[in-house]
Amino acid sequence: MSLDPETLYALTGCGIFLIGLYSFSIYPHLIRKILALNIAGAGVYLVLASMAYQGKETVADPVPHAMVLTGIVVAVAGTALALALAGRISSETGKVDLEEPQDIEKEDE
Amino acid sequence: MIFNDWLPALIVISSLVTGVVIFFLEEERARLRMGLNLAGAIIKLVMVGVLLWGVFHDGVYEMGFSMGTNLRFVLRADSLSVLFVTLSSLLWFVTTIYAVGYMEGSRNRSRFFGVFSLCVSATTGIAMAGNLLTFLVFYEILTLSTYPLVVHKGTQEALRVGRIYLGYTLGGGMLLLVTIIWLQSIVGPVDFQEVGALAAHASEYRFELTAIFAMFIVGLGVKSALFPLHSWLPMAMVAPAPVSALLHAVAVVKAGVFGIVRVVYDVFGIGFANELGVLTPLSWAAAFTIIYGSMRALFQEDLKRRLAFSTVSQVSYIVLGTSVFGPLATLGGLAHLVHQGLMKITLFFCAGTFAETLGVHKVNEMDGVGKRMPWTTSAFTVAALGMIGLPPLAGFYSKWYLGLGALEAGRGELIGVLLGSSLLNAMYFLPIVYAVWFKKRRDPWPQERKHKGFEAPWMLVIPPVVTAASVILVGVFANSSFSPLQWAQLIVERIYAP
Amino acid sequence: MNPEFLSWIPWLVVFPLMGAIVTFTFPRIATWAGLFTGVLILVATVGLVAQTLAYGANTYSLGGWGAPLGIDFRVDGLSAWMLVISAVVGACVSLYAIGYFPPGSKASDEEKNHKRRYFWPLWMFLWAGLNGLFLSNDIFNLYITLEMVGFSAVALVALANSRNALTAAMRYLLVGLMGSLFFLLGVAFLYGTYGTLDLTLLGERSRANMATWVAISLMTAGLIVKTAAFPLHFWLPPAHSNAPTPVSALLSALVTKGPFYILLRLWFFSFASLDTTYADYLFGALGAMGLIWGAAHALRQSRLKLLVAYSTVAQLGYLFLVFPLARAEETGFTAWTGVLLFLAAHALAKTAMFMAAGNILQALGHDTISRLAGISRLLPKSVFALALAGVSLMGLPPSGGFIGKWLLLDAAISQGRWWIVIAVLCGTALAIGYVVRVIRFAFEDPIDLPQVKSVSAVMEWTALATALLASLMALASSLPLDLITIDAPAHVWPEVGVGP
Repeated sequence: MSLDPETLYALTGCGIFLIGLYSFSIYPHLIRKILALNIAGAGVYLVLASMAYQGKETVADPVPHAMVLTGIVVAVAGTALALALAGRISSETGKVDLEEPQDIEKEDE
Repeated sequence: MIFNDWLPALIVISSLVTGVVIFFLEEERARLRMGLNLAGAIIKLVMVGVLLWGVFHDGVYEMGFSMGTNLRFVLRADSLSVLFVTLSSLLWFVTTIYAVGYMEGSRNRSRFFGVFSLCVSATTGIAMAGNLLTFLVFYEILTLSTYPLVVHKGTQEALRVGRIYLGYTLGGGMLLLVTIIWLQSIVGPVDFQEVGALAAHASEYRFELTAIFAMFIVGLGVKSALFPLHSWLPMAMVAPAPVSALLHAVAVVKAGVFGIVRVVYDVFGIGFANELGVLTPLSWAAAFTIIYGSMRALFQEDLKRRLAFSTVSQVSYIVLGTSVFGPLATLGGLAHLVHQGLMKITLFFCAGTFAETLGVHKVNEMDGVGKRMPWTTSAFTVAALGMIGLPPLAGFYSKWYLGLGALEAGRGELIGVLLGSSLLNAMYFLPIVYAVWFKKRRDPWPQERKHKGFEAPWMLVIPPVVTAASVILVGVFANSSFSPLQWAQLIVERIYAP
Repeated sequence: MNPEFLSWIPWLVVFPLMGAIVTFTFPRIATWAGLFTGVLILVATVGLVAQTLAYGANTYSLGGWGAPLGIDFRVDGLSAWMLVISAVVGACVSLYAIGYFPPGSKASDEEKNHKRRYFWPLWMFLWAGLNGLFLSNDIFNLYITLEMVGFSAVALVALANSRNALTAAMRYLLVGLMGSLFFLLGVAFLYGTYGTLDLTLLGERSRANMATWVAISLMTAGLIVKTAAFPLHFWLPPAHSNAPTPVSALLSALVTKGPFYILLRLWFFSFASLDTTYADYLFGALGAMGLIWGAAHALRQSRLKLLVAYSTVAQLGYLFLVFPLARAEETGFTAWTGVLLFLAAHALAKTAMFMAAGNILQALGHDTISRLAGISRLLPKSVFALALAGVSLMGLPPSGGFIGKWLLLDAAISQGRWWIVIAVLCGTALAIGYVVRVIRFAFEDPIDLPQVKSVSAVMEWTALATALLASLMALASSLPLDLITIDAPAHVWPEVGVGP
């Protein structure tokens, strides 16, 4: 069985997603986690883009492209939010990983 | 007539509204609170009077609405409901007066009286529930609304007991929920009117129906304190006296028994239950509980605990009457539903009054109470003699008809149970009666509070005297047309009507 | 008939988006603008429900393009019901927020003002996302709305600005993003297989093949993470318990329901034709374990808000019982209605419970359960609200939880699935345990009462009113039936499944 290009792209995309998922799961450092998410996201976009291929003669399907663009916008927003939070956490706790919740009495207001 | 349809609902709502208003009342407004309480109770009594008259003349009082497919909420007053509703609203009125006197000066009274009213609404709801779903709704509301009353004192002990109480009663409630749903999944929604609706399914679902009956008895047996599910009842004595009175005479225990009565007569139908062969085991459970409760009562030093075990025993008379096939036994059981309520509430009122005025809690501290508090002690004596079954007091009639019913059904062995239990009743009540009247007082009272003019605050004395008088009256006038006995007769005629 | 020219559908998204812009641009009037938006949304929801009842399910094509090229919004019984829930809960929370984020008059109240300034736009944005989620008929659009909800929810948690809250928010964000990527990957596969993103068209074209199974497995995994179903619930308790109170209420009541709604859409609508026996068992087993596990953990918590949060994990477990139970021919509809009512009851009860817990926290400055003695005299309304909400969580009458549980048990018993009955009973017993654990302290009567800060009347009354709604829901539980049956899945409700 020979691999046609779009299947190859899709499989590569899945591979990248898995790499991202793997790093996301094992590294505690927040920046690494955020990067891993972006890598996994890139994998998903690659899969999406590969779905646009409709054969050599026809033009590519534009819908997946629209989805990838939107997805990237979401990813940018998510990354920005995550980085901002990571910044607050590091200035609050001095650490850049997720600590277990402290059992202190919460000061509300 | 629209008023007729809504009357059952109005009766439930009257005390519900009272309860909610009182709950949010400020603590200092004692007068307003009492006024509201009494007004609620009186309005309810009037409505119950109308209902009583109407049902006697075959009026139909029913309202209902849908809570979903196959889920109907139905309030309906039949003769059995009226028996229970009348009892509970009359005793609520009396207990309210007593409770106002008893709780004077204590804390959290708004909460207490608010929940107290809620508890009564739940009881009247149970009485007038037209199907199993509605019954369950009020049954659980009753459980929840009695919890704050049981733990009212807020001590560690009260909270511990409250947890046990909830464990028992909610456990029973869960079993009941599953049972009702199971039954409905077999036969569809069950209305209390369609007597013998289950007989049609007998051949197909014999095993299931037997299991369902057993589950009903266990589920309801928790509140009706059937052995071995009774142990919460003596513990619940930590509650203030009016609560104990209400719990034992009208609310919780009676709700359980009333449920058993409903299940036997109006869900399974006594004839079908008899044919299914489930009545005999039930009667043995009841008989055992009667003897067991009396035996335990005999060895209690604490007056309230002795009364509690006496309730365990006395309430099973009603179950016994229900579980024997035949009109006379039914008559005895149903009459006892009212009679036991009147007698037991008197006893608890008196116990509370003794404890409040003299600090007397133990049986052996009661020597010579009669001289110090003649009115209360007289009331106590009347109720105790009634419990033993001395004619012409109320208790006599129940036992008499239970005995006749047992003979009629060919269950002569139950006569032995009745006699044995009466003997035990005498053994644990007569020494008290002897001690309070004839023994000389030697020690000072444990904790006496002086009251000007009278033996105790009138609010603590009048209620037991009134209920004691009613114990005599319902016995002496047992044949007049609205006596509990005659009303039970009416129910029996409707149940056993061909 | 399609009343497109007057449809209320777009307004349900437009109103909160406008609200977000206005509250963000004019922080001075944020509270009132937010409330006004809430009123508008309520009106639009009522209008939409009336329209749905009158005309049946209907579709609104954005820009008039229509599927497959354009993006459709579609409302049916399920969507309308979810919208009703979010409108009611949203209104209650908005009212509560007036008291919780008071307009700080002094310049020194900078932090207070900061919180109020950002709460309203974020909450409006969240509301827009939720309404969009319940209306979208397009799986990619579902992804977008999921992210809208997720981002604003994370930011709202972070508003609490404590160390724990920030960490919880971060964990919530990361987990949520990963869940969304799983979902998006599934979307990609589905698009590759069927060439459409429209849920209705997917329903027509769907067939069992490898790609489809991979796709919906991926999407389901992502959604389970986002719903916080057992065993992927680990992020929920810290996030829900550390957030500011109105946010906790929103998260537990509404945000967890969004992904669950998508699960229903996928499994009962678009892919209902697949053989789902094993998947249903898996969901049922997860639900049963979740409801016991969550309740058991709730029982062990020492802090009130954490207890309430774990109870959410437990209550979500009940929802998953719909998968095995609602497939049956005869009693499927019982289970379906049961779960939808249960969902509403939980939303209301949990909102009330978090509000009450928040009031206690604010008054005492802590929410350690063992130190709550005497609270019932200081905050009677809140404690009463807590008790009433607890009644619904325990599933006792006359609460909405009771009717939901009744219907679920009815279906389980009729179908002979006694393992579900046993799980539900265990869950109930544990729920009784954890509710009573809290309530009993309310009755303790210490001699000297703790010092308390004042709690605004709005907060107390809103908590009480919400709790009353939850606990009296059973009495009105036949009302939504007409709505829920509109375009309910065919096998669930054979008579009307075809749609009017």
